[in-house]
This record gives sequence, structure tokens and C-alpha cells, in this order.
Amino acid sequence: MNNTETAVALFTLVRKEIRRFMRIWVQTLLPPAITMTLYFVIFGSLIGSRIGEMGGYDYMQYVVPGLIMMAVITNSYSNVASSFYSHKFQHCVEEILVSPMPSWVILFGFVIGGAVRGILVGILVSLLSLFFTKLHVENLFVTILVIILTALLFALAGFINAIFANKFDDIAIIPTFILTPLTYLGGVFYSLDLLPDFWRMVSMANPIVYMVNAFRYGILGVSDVDVYFSIAMIIFFVAAFTVVSLWLLHRGVGIRQ
Amino acid sequence: MTLALSVKNLKKRYKGGVEALKGISFDVEQGDFFALLGPNGAGKSTTIGIVSSLVNKSEGKVEIFGHDIDASISKAKKELGLVPQEFNFNQFETVYNVLITQAGYYGIPAGKAKENTEKYLRALGLWDKRDSPSRMLSGGMKRRLMIARALIHDPKLLILDEPTAGVDIELRRTMWTFLEELNQQGTTIILTTHYLEEAESLCRNIAIIDEGVIVRNSSMSSLLKQLNVETLVLDLEQALPTAPRLDGYECIRVNDYTLNVDVDKEGGVNKLFELLTAQGIKVTSLRNKANRLEELFIRLVNKQGQL
Repeated sequence: MNNTETAVALFTLVRKEIRRFMRIWVQTLLPPAITMTLYFVIFGSLIGSRIGEMGGYDYMQYVVPGLIMMAVITNSYSNVASSFYSHKFQHCVEEILVSPMPSWVILFGFVIGGAVRGILVGILVSLLSLFFTKLHVENLFVTILVIILTALLFALAGFINAIFANKFDDIAIIPTFILTPLTYLGGVFYSLDLLPDFWRMVSMANPIVYMVNAFRYGILGVSDVDVYFSIAMIIFFVAAFTVVSLWLLHRGVGIRQ
Repeated sequence: MTLALSVKNLKKRYKGGVEALKGISFDVEQGDFFALLGPNGAGKSTTIGIVSSLVNKSEGKVEIFGHDIDASISKAKKELGLVPQEFNFNQFETVYNVLITQAGYYGIPAGKAKENTEKYLRALGLWDKRDSPSRMLSGGMKRRLMIARALIHDPKLLILDEPTAGVDIELRRTMWTFLEELNQQGTTIILTTHYLEEAESLCRNIAIIDEGVIVRNSSMSSLLKQLNVETLVLDLEQALPTAPRLDGYECIRVNDYTLNVDVDKEGGVNKLFELLTAQGIKVTSLRNKANRLEELFIRLVNKQGQL
């Protein structure tokens, strides 16, 4: 395919992915908006007012960046996982496999689609948070960079999950047993300073800690870990997951017998 | 002239050790209407799957219009349109969007994509249904949607895997006419089917595959000439209590009013009727037990009959 054809193919796939989650917005955009509003009400306003300060900010302000990040992570992931798996389930992945699109276009078509949903939900949740607190952005560049990279990373992870999934249960297991615990223990709700040394060390092995903190740095200017190291780590994982996904696609794992 | 499809020593072993293809080779010339026949599980769909990149091959070489699927897969894919056996479009998309999206996958710009979508939806009688979700279509319409989708990038080679399965007679005839016209306009067509009448009336060349091996590959006419014995079904005017003795013919009494007679080329039909007339047996009607290709096919894949 020449450059124009490749661009048309990538655009087609991204447009299709966006159309999919917009068509079923009640399942894709509304639930995170409701869940996060409940978090704001309960953890921010009701309980948060009794917690007092965290990392030098009142609890509501502290928790908002973490919750935005949580929404971005789960939505980017589940969009690609469920969309690509349902392509396999309905066999319409064959429409893609018979076409001359190179593997990287297939991968990024789905991944960009998923990242767009993650970012869109992130923006939606950020807007909702304005009803509860002031959102002052300390470093716009870091904020935007981290949100885009995180959305891409979890969209890639969702893609790998869908490649290996053989039934719908398989795309629910990873989010339930791995993604949710890592996110909840990833410093969304608390500063790592509150943890005993041992658990703080353990937390350092959780990649989500770096994303949540880098994003919190972008908004509030505070972080439990070094921000540039965090960004470098996210970039490293994006690159690694891209390589793994392309290799899986090239081999046809899970999609070609 | 470049071949439309060239398959050389193609082998496929599935995980678990099943050897679906044991080194098959065949060529399809440009402009041909080619039948790939075989019983269920013979390896037809595996062959088509490999040619269309849905199945990885274990060994061998495949070229589509001279483009090797290992060396220049992208070029090979552009020449090929596939109508698979199972419905495999997105059930939630509209008919129109199924085609527009597929055009996009081939890198066709929006203007041309819309033009081709309208052209092929009209040609297959689906234009009125363009805004319906594809899952709402009838079985026959879904098949036609898959044909339209396979043609969206104007491929030079069209492969149809059981295109008329579960389609009513009238629609089947319309599809045949459509495919014949398409072939006359220059598209090479490869067809697998269980309706051997379909293969006999449409296709010029044929390969019969059984248990992963090609058992015949020739022109349809030369294959049909090889058929030495045909079974005729005779309907009788009066009941016969026992099967009559007809010298030189094998005759089975099916019921009081029906006889099955095997007629070979040497014996012919004239002599048979002389014998019947001599015994005072009146025949009210006569038909072939199976169509000629079907007869050949059964003999070939059962390996018991002689040609």
C-alpha cells in the first residue's frame, strides 16, 4: 500500500472504532461518568472532608488526578479488549486479515481508537470534577503527555489481552484480578508516604504508581516518584507492548490457524 | 500469461497433528471459472483460507497474479476478493458501512469508496437495504452482502466458498447469472460448492480434492467424458413383481413402478429400450439418478466405482 492508501486504512479503522464506542455510549461513556461522580461525592466530599490534607493538598484535590487516571486506564483497556475480541468472536477480524493493511496499521487503528475513548472519558471526568473542586493545571505539557501515553499503553495491553482471549470471560479476568487491584494500590487514593517502608517498596514495582504520580505532578506539582523517570518508564512500556503486539499479529497468534 | 492463481506443493498441518493438505498443486488461468470440489473436511476451506491469508500454511508456495503471498502479500491481497462460507461481517454495522469500511481497509479514498459501494449494492439488489443493520438481513441478502463486500476493491480474482448454501432456487439462479456476467467481464472466479449442478453449469475447469490430495484436475468437459457409467431411473406404467433380466445392464428394482439401470457407454440407451420393449415393459419417464458431475464425484471420492 502506498502512503495515501495506508493513511486511508488507518483513518477508516480509527473512525470505525470511535463510531463503535459512540454508538454504545450508554455502555462506554456514561458508566465511568457516573462511577467517578460517585467517587467524587463519597471519597472527595463526604469522607474526604474528614481526612484532611494529603501531600499538602486537601483530599479532594489530591484524589481527582488519580481518579481521572483510573478512568483513562480502564476505558482505554476495555475498549480495545472488547472491540478486538468481538471482532474475533463475530469473525469480522477476517475482513481485516484479508485486506492489504500492514500489521502496524491494524494495531494502531485499534489502539488509537481505544486511547481516544480513554482520553475522552478523562476529559469528561475532569469536567465533572469541576463541580467538586478547582482544577488548576501546574504543568500542561506533562499532564497531556502522561494522559496520552497512559491511554496508549493500556490500549496496547487490552489488545494483547484480546489476542489471547478465547471467550468473553478472558477479557474480564485481567481487568478484575490484575488491573483493578493494581490501580487501587497504585496511589490513586493515597500518598505512598502513608505506607510502611516495606509496602512502599512493593508499591514501586507497580507500574500504575508511576503513571498516577506523573499525572498528579502535571496537575498539582506533587509526586511520590521522579516524574521524568516515570515518563521514561511509560515510554519504555509503550514501546515494549508495541513490539510484542506486532510480533503476535505477524505470527497470527489467536487470529490465524 | 500470468496465472490468476498458482498453488504449489501446499501443505497444512494443524496444531494437534491433523494434516489437512498433503502437498497440493493446481493452477487457475486468468479469466477462468474454476471449481474446487471435495467432500466436507477434504481441505477446500483450508486451501482457500491459506490463499486469502486467514490460515498460515505449513509449506508450499502460493502466487496470486504473480505476487507471492510470502514476498508481496499486500499486492497479492489487492487482487483477491473473498466470499467466505460463514457470515463474517460486523452484525451491528449498517449494510452501507460494512462496504464503506471494507473499502477503507483497502485504502480506497472516500469518493471512490462511495461510488463502488453504490455500484455493488445496486448490482446485488441491496441498495434499498443500505441503512439496515446487517444482522437484520435475510440469509440470501447476507450472502449477497458478502459478495458485494468482496468486490468493493474491484479484485481480478474472486473466490467464493459455498456461495449458494442455504439460498433458495430463484436467488441461486440470479447469483449464477451475476457470476457469469462478472466472469465475462474478465474476473477470474474460483468456486467451491456442494451443488454439483452449479459447478457443472458454471465452471470450465475443475479440481477435486479429497483427504488433502487433489484426485482430479482437468477441464470440466474432459472430466465429464470420463464418465462411463450412468444410473438411469425408469418410471414404469405397470407394476413389476421382479426385476427384469436385461442382458448387459445391471438393473435394480426399487419398487413396483421404479427401476434403476446402470448404463455404460458401450451399451447405450437404444439397446436398453429394445430389451425393455421386447419384454413388454412400458417406461413413462426417464431421468438420471444424479447429475453427471455428481455421479463422477461420488465415484471419485468413494474410490470404489470405476470411471
